[in-house]
Amino acid sequence: MAGSTLEIKDLHVEIEGKEILKGVNLTIKGGEFHAVMGPNGTGKSTLASAIMGHPKYEVTQGQILLDGEDVLEMEVDERARAGLFLAMQYPSEISGVTTSDFLRSSINARREEGDEIPLMKFIKEMDEALDYLEIDKNMAQRYLNEGFSGGEKKRNEILQLMLLKPEIAILDEIDSGLDIDALKVVSKGINKLRDENFGCLIITHYQRLLNYITPDHVHVMMQGRVVKSGGPELAQRLEAEGYDWIKEELGIEDETVEQNA
Amino acid sequence: MAVETKLPYEKSYIEEFSNKRNEPQWMKELRLQALEQANSLEMPKPDKTNISKWDFSSFKHDFAQGEKLSSLTDLPTEIKDLFDKDNLPENLLIQRNQSVAYSAISKELQDKGVIFTDIFTAMNEHEDLVKRYFMKDGVSVDEHRLTALHAALMNGGIFVYVPKNVQVEVPLQVVFWQEDPEAALFNHVLVVADENSSLTYVENYISHNPDEKTVANIVAEVIAQDNAKISFGAVDNLSAGTTSYVNRRGVAYRDATIDWALGQMNDGNTVFENITHLVGDNSLSNAKAVTVGRGKQTSNMTAKIVHFGKNSEGYILQHGVMKDSASNVFNGIGKIEHGASKSNAEQESRVLMLSEKARGDANPILLIDEDDVTAGHAASVGRVDPLQLYYLMSRGITQHEAERLVIHGFLAPVVNQLPIESVKKQLTQVIERKVN
Ligand SMILES: Nc1ncnc2c1ncn2[C@@H]1O[C@H](COP(=O)(O)OP(=O)(O)OP(=O)(O)O)[C@@H](O)[C@H]1O
Ligand SMILES: [Mg+2]
Repeated sequence: MAGSTLEIKDLHVEIEGKEILKGVNLTIKGGEFHAVMGPNGTGKSTLASAIMGHPKYEVTQGQILLDGEDVLEMEVDERARAGLFLAMQYPSEISGVTTSDFLRSSINARREEGDEIPLMKFIKEMDEALDYLEIDKNMAQRYLNEGFSGGEKKRNEILQLMLLKPEIAILDEIDSGLDIDALKVVSKGINKLRDENFGCLIITHYQRLLNYITPDHVHVMMQGRVVKSGGPELAQRLEAEGYDWIKEELGIEDETVEQNA
Repeated sequence: MAVETKLPYEKSYIEEFSNKRNEPQWMKELRLQALEQANSLEMPKPDKTNISKWDFSSFKHDFAQGEKLSSLTDLPTEIKDLFDKDNLPENLLIQRNQSVAYSAISKELQDKGVIFTDIFTAMNEHEDLVKRYFMKDGVSVDEHRLTALHAALMNGGIFVYVPKNVQVEVPLQVVFWQEDPEAALFNHVLVVADENSSLTYVENYISHNPDEKTVANIVAEVIAQDNAKISFGAVDNLSAGTTSYVNRRGVAYRDATIDWALGQMNDGNTVFENITHLVGDNSLSNAKAVTVGRGKQTSNMTAKIVHFGKNSEGYILQHGVMKDSASNVFNGIGKIEHGASKSNAEQESRVLMLSEKARGDANPILLIDEDDVTAGHAASVGRVDPLQLYYLMSRGITQHEAERLVIHGFLAPVVNQLPIESVKKQLTQVIERKVN
């Protein structure tokens, strides 16, 4: 079998005692690109955070499996080393830690002690990725995300993605705040990884991104669940018509997680 | 235990001590007068830390001899680590206990008239200079009980003098190695840069007395004459058994600069004071300090810059990390005297707490007696941000490594400013050891 498989089964997640996800089912296989769409506040970022192990989110029911291994039993760093990656909607700023030092630590975290990436090899790989993403080389020496513009932060997430080469990546609104040129560059970076070993879940509000990165599957989230799934044509219809037709079809009045269906 | 009001040292003891060192008469008199003053003066009162129960009186006062070193290869590793092995410092002095164990100064500097010697030798060989500066422009004997005690009981130290128009490009480094675990260190550092001169000076304090109780009472006076530039770096690494009072005082005259890069890495209770007087017009000081507290240690760190000269600039930057049940207070004081127009006083103090029991406080003070000035302060006290750790760990970095990165990152703005690569490396190692 090519690549890894991430299975999400009947996932329920609470934050500060409030249930946000109410039974999400989703399977992502190596080679597949999935898009998750849905109105604001319907649980998309919550799903991404729960998969990665964000400290504030509590899984109360259901399972997350990576190639059959129980992800929920793993610490955040173990999940990453097992092959998961999350490009965050709001990446943290880490003062005093250069982007370059952080990248090197991240790469070395996946390697055995004593088998750290040689410095020259690292610099070469990093420079290539910086060039590919048209990022100013100075950024590598700047403190991680500190003072980065919105677009720079997003590019930096993709830079990490390219260097870490995970099995399964989740990209949470990687397109928000990007100008047209940046959107093209970021898409180019993601597409470069596209092969049968790499699975990707792309959370987005806009068809715009999906014009560059064609998804194999499109899912719509409402009320903390996946309420509709389809092919790329589903995203196009959402772009043209909005969400009302789905709500009508499913009899949903309030699509946010506030509403218990 | 309350502080004894009467000292266990008599006039005769001080006289004898001074005689044995062959000190000039003025020094003996200064000591005797200081002894009298010590008996009546009050202890210092650092803001927001009560030191009345600190043990400043358990120590053995002596002139503890340290064995001479014929080569640097005989040193214990932790001291060897202070130098770059492939590039040993040309100008190095090691004070082992109270005597000089090793000293080297380049021919070039000697020829230029640079003085780099222990304080007792200097008192005799360069009496006029030492007499001119010793506890005159910088620290006064009668500031409080500890400064008076310092003068009365001084048993070690160094004198550095750079003549007019001489630029010292290579750093001068001093290691104060307190090998005897009980011997008190009353150490005096006097650094004078004469007009239009410049130098970089770095000192390290090190001891190994986790259990034995003793005291360090350290005064450094750093004088930059007109248009001189002094870069002063220090890494203090005294053990938990040592209760320390560390007073580093700068005086900058016209167009002079004094830059401080100080690592307060002691493991015992420490009062740490770094005051710079910007006396001359256009004088400048950058006062940078970092600290890492661990165990039950309490420290109080005051950084203060006083502006007298017009157009003088003072920048204070202090960062501290507190773990276990350690606590630290940062007092940052920018004071602009009347007449110091166009001056600028900026300060930033930040404390990061790693555990529930750790305590931190940042206490910014601006005292301004002049209208035409600029001033600002920033202060923060907080715990490690769990979202930062989450972000780092989401890339596969372990929690321990993530904390390490955050701590080093937090201290980096100060550590990166250290004037010498080897010292920067050394401080990074000490930090590493203290946070692990
Ligand atoms: N700390 C919190 N406390 C309470 N509610 C929260 C908290 N964090 C998130 N929520 C709620 O959870 C719900 C889902 O949020 P989530 O971020 O998953 O939405 P989303 O689908 O990603 O929205 P968007 O498209 O705006 O990014 C929202 O109603 C949000 O207000
Ligand atoms: Mg979101």
